[in-house]
Amino acid sequence: MPTATRSQAERTIRPKPPLTPARRAWRTFRRHHLALAGAFILAVLVLASALAPVISRYDPEAASLEILAPPSAEHPLGTDDVGRDLLSRLLHAGRISLSVGFGAAVLTVAIGVLAGAPAGYYGGRVDALLSALINVMLAIPILPLALVLSSFVQTNLTFVILIIGGLSWPAVARIIRAEFLSLREREFVEAARVLGAGSGRIIFLHILPNTLAPIIVAATLQVANAILLESALSFLGYGVQPPQASWGNMLQDAQRYLRTVPELAVYPGALISLTVISINFLGDGLREALDPRLQV
Amino acid sequence: MNRYLIRRTLLAVPTLLVISILLFGLLQLAPGGPAALYAGPDAGPEDLERISRLLGTDQPAPVQYLRWLGGILRGDWGISFRYREPVVSVLAGRLPNTVQLMAAALLIALLLAVPFGVVSAVSRWRLVQYLASIAAMLGVSVPTFWLGMMVLLVFSVKLRLLPSGGIATIGLEHDPVDRILHLIGPAGVLATMYIAAWSRYIRSSLLEVLHQDYIRLARAKGLSEGAVLTRHALRNALLPLVTLIGLQGGSLVGGAMITEVVFAWPGMGRLLAEALASRDYPVLMAAFMIMAVLTVLGNLLADLAYGWVDPRIRLG
Repeated sequence: MPTATRSQAERTIRPKPPLTPARRAWRTFRRHHLALAGAFILAVLVLASALAPVISRYDPEAASLEILAPPSAEHPLGTDDVGRDLLSRLLHAGRISLSVGFGAAVLTVAIGVLAGAPAGYYGGRVDALLSALINVMLAIPILPLALVLSSFVQTNLTFVILIIGGLSWPAVARIIRAEFLSLREREFVEAARVLGAGSGRIIFLHILPNTLAPIIVAATLQVANAILLESALSFLGYGVQPPQASWGNMLQDAQRYLRTVPELAVYPGALISLTVISINFLGDGLREALDPRLQV
Repeated sequence: MNRYLIRRTLLAVPTLLVISILLFGLLQLAPGGPAALYAGPDAGPEDLERISRLLGTDQPAPVQYLRWLGGILRGDWGISFRYREPVVSVLAGRLPNTVQLMAAALLIALLLAVPFGVVSAVSRWRLVQYLASIAAMLGVSVPTFWLGMMVLLVFSVKLRLLPSGGIATIGLEHDPVDRILHLIGPAGVLATMYIAAWSRYIRSSLLEVLHQDYIRLARAKGLSEGAVLTRHALRNALLPLVTLIGLQGGSLVGGAMITEVVFAWPGMGRLLAEALASRDYPVLMAAFMIMAVLTVLGNLLADLAYGWVDPRIRLG
């Protein structure tokens, strides 16, 4: 066959690119409009709080004599009860709340893997012990316990992340355990074992990468949970401490002005809700895209 | 009752014991001993020592724990540092209010979540599905306390339809209308998260069930769509919800706590928050344990109820 006709044929019947798992996941995800919108809004929020000093030149912690000023060209959203620029505070608070969200989610997943993986992989006595721990932890109401813990010390950002991560992991550990429990019976694990791989190698290099999909979904939802928990802690006065702003502790101050200046309460809460709903939709989309069982 | 259920029931006891040990240990680490707080700022060293001996805080921690545990079992829960009265009577005034709030919220949530979830699952209109999924997602994403503040802002500050917190108007404690008006706000706010979470669950569960062969059979033998839905699909779709409701005991306790703070509802949650602020250890310990008991009880009921509604479990 002459080469010219062959290339012409290739041009007309172009072979479809192979449908790799990643490509298929992206295809499903792309169809989930609300997840796309969530990802976009989240990106805008992250960017806005990262660029906080550029967007608003006011120091978020500097008080001034302009107390409870209405919105103006100087202060686009007005000022709070001690004369701090509201826009500045909202943006900087976003940094804190998002850091807590992402930081605590990473910690939650890390502990969840360290507890869930051996429980599912080894089974037997290891599983009995770790599962008992997980079940006890799940039976403790998180918010009251987090409150008790944070009431002991002067809390700061790191401490809040540690508390939230240290209390939220059991739910993730349970998911990881279930994954390991089923994956350890598969042929590829047996093959690795026959080739002489040690337990640590099998857990981290062979099984863990295969649990990535549920881990990503769980981690996403944990970011949302952590942001909600931080806001509740800070609202009650035991989370991020003033004058450092977080959306939660801004709401604590705003409570007193609910009758007179409701904007102080509306903005931070609306931002928490917007952030959390965006993350939740993103998590929904990821779940649909990554869970092979949902792909019909 | 089979062995599985009996084992589950018996497991609740060690779980609670471990929780109480954890909490007791935590409180030992707390700075500023209880004796100093009880004595007040004017007390001298001898006073402190005397009070320490009186409260038993001069004993080693394990002894203190066993004493506390023995007291709990005998109904002697200690004396509140703040109110200077027995913890039991402080709690007795608060627990019914929390139970009332939780029960009202669960009732509202159940009544609304099922129709909401069914409509969002079977509706053929794209717009309804879209709006339902956004509304449900909003419900699980909005912080409870902020929702409470917004309800107060709209319904009591702006529209003046609802009271601005508390459990009753002073002087009208026995007026049922007044009590219900006070209950609507907090119960509705607390219910919102569950309406949203459960209707999402019902929706996906129902969609899954509707693809089953027995549903096709029910339709094929000529049953009306309504009968297929209620008698065949919904019954199976609602099964897992029973477990879900029970497992959310812990979050309900936390949600009730923060709702109580926002609405100045005189319940256990607000008591716990106050006890934290004033370092009222006996009350803190007792309030926390009651919340843990409610959570464990929720988990247990979920297990028992699941065995009851799903005959397959009973064989296991």
